[in-house]
Amino acid sequence: MIWNDEFETLPREVIESLQVKRLQQTLQRVYATVPFYREQLKKAGMTPDKVKSLDDLQRLPFTLKQDMRDNYPYGLFTVPLEQIVRIHASSGTTGKPTVVGYTRRDIDTWAELMARSFVAAGAHKGDVIHNAYGYGLFTGGLGAHYGAEKLGASVIPMSGGNTKKQLMIMQDFGSTVLTCTPSYSLYLAEVAAEEGIDFKSLKLKVGIFGAEPWSEEIRNEIEEKLNLKAIDIYGLSEILGPGVGIECIEAQKGLHIWEDHFIPEIINPETGEVLPHGEQGELVITTITKEGIPMIRYRTRDITRIIPEPCICGRTHVRLERMSGRTDDMLIIRGVNVFPSQIESVLINIEGVEPHYQLIVDREENLDTLEVQVEVNEKTFSDEIKVMQGLSSRIQKEIKEMLGVTCKVRLVEPKTIARSEGKAKRVIDNRKEQ
Amino acid sequence: MKVEQISIFIENKFGRLAEVTRVLGESGVNIRALSLADTSDFGILRLIVNKTDQAKAVLKAKGFTVNKTDVVAVEVPDRPMGLYGILEILDQGKVNVEYMYAFVERCGENAVIIFRFDNTEEAILVLTRGGVNVLEGERVYNM
Repeated sequence: MIWNDEFETLPREVIESLQVKRLQQTLQRVYATVPFYREQLKKAGMTPDKVKSLDDLQRLPFTLKQDMRDNYPYGLFTVPLEQIVRIHASSGTTGKPTVVGYTRRDIDTWAELMARSFVAAGAHKGDVIHNAYGYGLFTGGLGAHYGAEKLGASVIPMSGGNTKKQLMIMQDFGSTVLTCTPSYSLYLAEVAAEEGIDFKSLKLKVGIFGAEPWSEEIRNEIEEKLNLKAIDIYGLSEILGPGVGIECIEAQKGLHIWEDHFIPEIINPETGEVLPHGEQGELVITTITKEGIPMIRYRTRDITRIIPEPCICGRTHVRLERMSGRTDDMLIIRGVNVFPSQIESVLINIEGVEPHYQLIVDREENLDTLEVQVEVNEKTFSDEIKVMQGLSSRIQKEIKEMLGVTCKVRLVEPKTIARSEGKAKRVIDNRKEQ
Repeated sequence: MKVEQISIFIENKFGRLAEVTRVLGESGVNIRALSLADTSDFGILRLIVNKTDQAKAVLKAKGFTVNKTDVVAVEVPDRPMGLYGILEILDQGKVNVEYMYAFVERCGENAVIIFRFDNTEEAILVLTRGGVNVLEGERVYNM
């Protein structure tokens, strides 16, 4: 099923000419209204009328998260505050949050793209959408909410937390679609097991999971434990919020990015050079319909590649491969690049090991150390020391084989690694404090 | 002829062992014998208690990882060469001992030792054939 047949299946050449036209309009607007962009373009020797084709896009300067912080809170808005009907902000774990504003039309566009996303994931009018993304400054809750209403589904505005109550509501209200972070879905499964609730007795058929990177192995685990189809959704507040891209249920392979509203590029994160379709690098997105706060070549720090091949679902918009991590999640341990998601894949492939883990990075005598903490459960626990040490050394060996990094494995008691109701905190890097 | 033992995973952290004994004590469970195997990061506490299922349930409810395994309680003559005699029987029967620990209480004139074998059935057979007295679970829990 497709929500907006006309726009989701536009021929490539029509998408591209639409992108050029909308890009030019966006550039005209930011150039006229935002001093930051005017300065940036001038520095690059560019003016909006010099952009004649999509190839000219790479002549424009990048926009960084820091630029948003430097223009905190409203400096990058293109319209006066009277036209802004909603303000969201990023979690801002370090320093000031990044602030985004939406005009009424932006809110409509967002709802449209989320409705497209819901339908791509297999949801429709008549579904009961259990929205466990946080409501608040975070875009997840309200973004999914408006899309669900636009679709005409019945939306339950659960927000995060209060896990036992979430399970009760799922049972009693007959939720058919779940939206939350992948790590929270696993926590729901864990609490359900403790409460003796079997997901097979629930009506859930689809889960739409995003806001943090997750692996194919975690997908399998979620699908098995929650007895539903797990769909990956992509979004970030700087660009829109959830609904920038989504997997279709037909293929479950790669996330369609709505190209009539966004232009994706993949760059080499070190040099900034644009990479050809199919190569892996950092995702850069330009918004071409956003009014409140358009973004020109925003560096998302997410690592992916563009899948240009047509999809079986009939949508013509290109797909992004599942995000394999973020440039700022990447750990460099003794010169080796390590993504937490890689370690997760190793762990989950070991029989009985649960994906509750934490990475502690430190520095001892100028040498990086990596400690992988893994919770022991009834399946992996034995009364014999040699069996437990065998488990540690197997994890260590498989991580070494996969990543080329030697780590120390520490087995810890169950539930000692903090569960997250939003984004999971996987890494504690103590090197930063030194 | 088997005795039920519970084992508990304990991180090498301040107060964890005390916590186990507090949880058990508060629910009226009495520890009959114990052994703690430890590494630098964690330990495995093995216990014989008077109420095995209850002990397992209260510890699980407190978030501990608990397993139940079968072990064998053997009467050992309380004199020089007493233990050797038993180990020799096991050795000749080609039975492998995973670990063992002593019981606090005596059984009449004899000491009691808990054995964990990889093949419990086989071990019991070898011991009884060798004339060694293997104690029943019920007797051990209430000693």
